[in-house]
Amino acid sequence: MTSTIILSVLALSILGIILGLAIGLISKLFGVATDPKVDLVLELLPGANCGGCGKAGCADFARALVSGEASPGQCPVSSQEVMAQIAQVLGMALEAPDKKIAVVLCGGDIQQTKVKTLYNGVNDCISAMLVAGGPKSCAYGCLGMASCARACPFNAIEIINGLAVVHNELCVGCGVCVKTCPRNLIKLVPAEAKVHIYCSSPEKAALKMKVCNVPCIACRKCVKSGEEGQFTINGFRVEVNYDNYPGEDIVSKAGCPKNCLLTAAQHLEIERNEEAGEVVA
Amino acid sequence: MNEQAINKDLKIVSFKGGVHPQKDGKILSKKASIQTAPLLERYQVIVSQNIGAPPKVVVSAGDEVKKGQLLAEAAGFVSVPLHSPTSGKVEGLVDIPGPMGVMTQAISILADGKDEWTELPASIDWRNSDADTLKKRIMECGIVGMGGAAFPSHVKLSPPPDKKVDYMIINGAECEPYLTADHRVMLEEPEKVLEGAAILGRAAGVKNVVVAVEINKVDAINAMMEKAAQFNVGIVGMKVQYPQGAEKQLIYAVTRRKVPTGALPADVGCIVQNAGTAAAVAEAVNAGIPLIERVTTITGEPVVNPGNWRLRLGTPISEALKLCGGVKCEPGKLILGGPMMGFAQRSTGVSVMKNTSGILLLDKSDVTQYESSPCIRCGRCLEACPMNLQPSALSQLAEAGQYENALKYNVMDCIECGACAFACPAHRPLVQHIRRLKAEIRNRTKKEIKK
Repeated sequence: MTSTIILSVLALSILGIILGLAIGLISKLFGVATDPKVDLVLELLPGANCGGCGKAGCADFARALVSGEASPGQCPVSSQEVMAQIAQVLGMALEAPDKKIAVVLCGGDIQQTKVKTLYNGVNDCISAMLVAGGPKSCAYGCLGMASCARACPFNAIEIINGLAVVHNELCVGCGVCVKTCPRNLIKLVPAEAKVHIYCSSPEKAALKMKVCNVPCIACRKCVKSGEEGQFTINGFRVEVNYDNYPGEDIVSKAGCPKNCLLTAAQHLEIERNEEAGEVVA
Repeated sequence: MNEQAINKDLKIVSFKGGVHPQKDGKILSKKASIQTAPLLERYQVIVSQNIGAPPKVVVSAGDEVKKGQLLAEAAGFVSVPLHSPTSGKVEGLVDIPGPMGVMTQAISILADGKDEWTELPASIDWRNSDADTLKKRIMECGIVGMGGAAFPSHVKLSPPPDKKVDYMIINGAECEPYLTADHRVMLEEPEKVLEGAAILGRAAGVKNVVVAVEINKVDAINAMMEKAAQFNVGIVGMKVQYPQGAEKQLIYAVTRRKVPTGALPADVGCIVQNAGTAAAVAEAVNAGIPLIERVTTITGEPVVNPGNWRLRLGTPISEALKLCGGVKCEPGKLILGGPMMGFAQRSTGVSVMKNTSGILLLDKSDVTQYESSPCIRCGRCLEACPMNLQPSALSQLAEAGQYENALKYNVMDCIECGACAFACPAHRPLVQHIRRLKAEIRNRTKKEIKK
């Protein structure tokens, strides 16, 4: 009886030792060397897997960082301190990146832009586009069906008053929303640029004014009151030159007649008030 | 009711699945003979009326044109020319609301009231001419599929040389509810349809030519059966079931051949042409008349006198509705084509095109707005789907954005007939979901090709 117990304990122990050695040997022979840095970097990354860096998630990005294919600044989510820490782990100098945020360049909410048809289908911008080009009479305006808001991993886009508005404090500039918009209204801009022209329609002013109360009519008031090169004229609309953007004072200086040159804060406030039913003078 | 009896010799076929609405609305207009619309003061002919390359405009503002004169020439192989609906003066190019909801370019023609024909090409003795001559004439007369897709007919007649085609099917199913235009054409001009069918058969080098008609058009079937032998054309009856007239379903019903995924009818040896197209082909070959007018059903409960009208291309919908005495009550929806696959319009400024088979006004009570609810897994969409797909699963994949998975469920095979959405008791927007899947997948493939 006792011998059976001893025998089985012995047999199992010897088996264990042999298998352990085999595993050890195999991992030595066939093992893939992993850089311990990858794990260190991965721990520092936000782990949101938003894909804003262009890689398939944070783990992939960490691998790319360690192998030198990417630089820490490509992660749009990490703060400056975290980036500095990552740079330290990698033993490289940190190039100061520009933080970017998304902005929806349309001001045509449900009060300002006419609706041409009643749309009773799926509440999704891409689906709506497939039905006669969407219910909005402006063929370039925000449809307000929240395709971008649903795609945002950080809940930074809100539909206010039938218009997608980005909350700057929540936006990390990952750019996921940019791809979802079927009308290509969303742009990544420097976070420091506070003033935007909320219109993306390339139509002639007369046509725009028929369908919308707040279009850019390319009157160039802003161009004239700003410094050289702060705006670019693109056909029948003016765009902010985000390489040389104007300061917030341009809004009062220019006095945009159509109220589409606004700071992001003003834009948000207008939409909030309109939604609450207050008329903005 | 003195409905005619179905001929005993008629073979009756069908496909699997589909739906049939109890109230199909054909009763409104099926007894109304084809009437010719009076000459209007102005026609706005939409330039892009065919699938493929839009034709190139060859007239400019101020030009005098004759009826049937070339307005725009074909711009490539998959393209057809466009001709003037009447004689008069070209006012220039204007933007008018298009059938797809966006503005589109149209040639505005101010009629001079004389309605003078231009010099037409000579008649062709089709029984003794070769296929290429016939195809060339069909192309020059601007003939496209008049059932709805507006695909250039001469392209269909020219399958790749390695494909052996042995069946020409003339589609007289007219399975869409409300529409009766093809019905009236087959009833009133059976010889034209049959002759056109025979010409199309000769142009494609095919011996087996059949006209397939749903058996709710007994009078038209009988009218054609009397004359069919003279043109060596067969007549087949089909069960009244939507979408009997969809190309793949029609081919299966008539020949029992299944068109594989991504393949064309020519891959299984078939060519399908619409009955209205056949009539237009007969006119083009026998008299050289280009496609400048078509028979369109103007119907719906709100229309005072629903009927079938011969309308010229470029007739504004508002004018067409006036012909029928206007409307009794405020309609809920305006649709070009039939209620299942037609396109809802936002304006009556749209003009009649080569593929406008119907102008349909739906009553407000028929366009009730539904709230859609979650799938209850009843399986009615699976029974209704003529392509044997799983619309319920596809719509859930669309909601979850799972495009790769949708491909595994063969989403690209969907013909967007709408039978599933019609059958769904939860009022789920099944077709819209599937259309979105298809659009996204096409976008992605395009991007991959670019890479």
